[in-house]
Amino acid sequence: MTETLTGAQLTVRLLERQGITTVAGIPGGAILPIYDALGQSTAIHHVLARHEQGAGFMAQGMARATGKPAVCLASSGPGATNLLTAIADAKLDSIPLVAITGQVPQAMIGTDAFQEVDTYGLSIPITKHNFLVSSAEELLDVIPAAFRIAASGRPGPVLVDIPKDVQTQAIEIAEWPDPGCALPVAPANAAAITEAAAMINGAARPLLYLGGGVVHSGAAAAAVALAEKAGLPTVMTLMALGAMPVDHPLSLGMLGMHGARATNLALDECDLLIAVGARFDDRATGKVAQFCRHAKIIHIDIDHAELDKIKTAHIGITADVGEALGQLLPQVAASPRTAWRERIGELQRQFPVVVDGGDDPLSHFGLIRTVAACLDDDAIIATDVGQHQMWVAQYYPLRRARQWLTSGGLGTMGFGVPAAIGAALAEPGRTVVCFTGDGSILMNIQELVTAAEENANVKIVLMNNAALGLVHQQQTLFYGERLFASQFKAMPDFVAVARGFGIQAVDLDRATNPCAALLDAIARPGPCLIHVSIDAGQKVYPMVPPGAANHEMIGH
Amino acid sequence: MNASNRHEQQALSRAILEIDVNNHPGVMSHVVGLFSRRACNVEGILCLPVGDGRQSRIWLLVNDDLRLPQMIRQVEKLEDVTAVRRHPPEHAVFGNLEAFFRA
Repeated sequence: MTETLTGAQLTVRLLERQGITTVAGIPGGAILPIYDALGQSTAIHHVLARHEQGAGFMAQGMARATGKPAVCLASSGPGATNLLTAIADAKLDSIPLVAITGQVPQAMIGTDAFQEVDTYGLSIPITKHNFLVSSAEELLDVIPAAFRIAASGRPGPVLVDIPKDVQTQAIEIAEWPDPGCALPVAPANAAAITEAAAMINGAARPLLYLGGGVVHSGAAAAAVALAEKAGLPTVMTLMALGAMPVDHPLSLGMLGMHGARATNLALDECDLLIAVGARFDDRATGKVAQFCRHAKIIHIDIDHAELDKIKTAHIGITADVGEALGQLLPQVAASPRTAWRERIGELQRQFPVVVDGGDDPLSHFGLIRTVAACLDDDAIIATDVGQHQMWVAQYYPLRRARQWLTSGGLGTMGFGVPAAIGAALAEPGRTVVCFTGDGSILMNIQELVTAAEENANVKIVLMNNAALGLVHQQQTLFYGERLFASQFKAMPDFVAVARGFGIQAVDLDRATNPCAALLDAIARPGPCLIHVSIDAGQKVYPMVPPGAANHEMIGH
Repeated sequence: MNASNRHEQQALSRAILEIDVNNHPGVMSHVVGLFSRRACNVEGILCLPVGDGRQSRIWLLVNDDLRLPQMIRQVEKLEDVTAVRRHPPEHAVFGNLEAFFRA
């Protein structure tokens, strides 16, 4: 039996067939036919963001929390350009996203029509792939392909630009395509795995280096199993935090620019680095020539183009990391690795992690630990970008893959609040905490009203130092203390602003018992802003100065 | 520098890429964008459809930069690229075009 549907109706039907139940977006002229069709859908809940970038980050929050591709929508012109930052952010962190944009009718493309912009051209370098759809018929291939590409191999964002006349064109549909899903990946080369196992078995001071690919692959348990069997001390990138619980005896936490000194020194001493789903990002490696300078390298990644990009691997394996780790596990010898682990213990005793402020919930460290004490591992922890992000990465006891949502590669201020809303909508059973700063929150503060409208269970912990903290820190340390454009002279009353947007707010500065007020705010359902003033003089330490090697850290 | 020397110099520092792609709008932008974003000049481009026209072949003359192997891997990853082959600079494809490029 055939049905006659418009391009807009069939786009919505194809989204339903993908199992999409929540989308975030903002309507506008060129996407109104799709919105008209979306309004008729009973399966899809539309979240009305207040800025398209917010919609993009809400979709990211859904995708990061669940691992499945999520959808955002925007109109042509400014709607599409406003989405770009969120798409670029998804590209750098390999997040599966399908962005659907309206475009002016095909007959008007290239005429500088109202709200016309070359969305296809603009999105080429920041997407995994993109489409400009030229007929309703084509949507039957393009929409499933967009989901397949977003989810396959190394995940990433896909943009589908749909001209308005394609949305209104009616066609007869006799048969529906299968939903697009991730394609299987060829198994890891068995000979290379055997060689890698021999190298691990022969190493005296091996280190396991986990990246975000471990989370994307669902390989956290496999990575922990390998580490435990082979006695591998393990470092994680910012993107991999949670893959191994930080309090696991083999965990050395985060490496790189703001990793613990003992962790970076251990990397400097290792004789074998096993990189799994990691891409040797400059914030992780410091000066590349000096990174793990005594080590051979095994590099396993699903993206062949990552192998030998920054460091030439002695053994490079293109594979899904979960599958590769599964092959590796039976071939590695069980080893307690006593001498090497004792050496690392010695480094940790020599260079212990020093924290200022202790348990005081009105200090940055104490606040993070107090929030953690209010929650269990089911909670989702999102951050914005800046000092607060690094402190949470250093101090929050992350123990679960997909517990941690942060903008790693692009480092986008404004990520936190909408990503947290998206995560809360995708995982309504969990409490979502968003740590943010006074700089970051203002970059997408309009989404507080979306949080109110959706009654999203997000607790926004605002660490307010009246400064762009990391800029302030770099100017203090590396620009002769010439502070410029990093301190805010005017400061909004964030508690009043939050209440004005319709969400609850508490100011811990004024609470008679800050701990109790924090616990109460986190336990109360629905969105809440928790405001705390912190000291602008506090720095993220230790720190690898830009351009320096990782063993040349400054600060405690 | 005499002409043959200049040719040798160029020969040492150039590479030719043969890229099979799907033939539709935007594919060329995807391919050359990977070079321009690295500030790598593409010295020559030839492109024509092959077979029934659903595929095209792009020939690129590029500088043989240290980053070229990584750039080739990035080109191979593009959704619309089906194959990339690298040839030495003396490959004939750009050889007989001089008559069309006199100043």
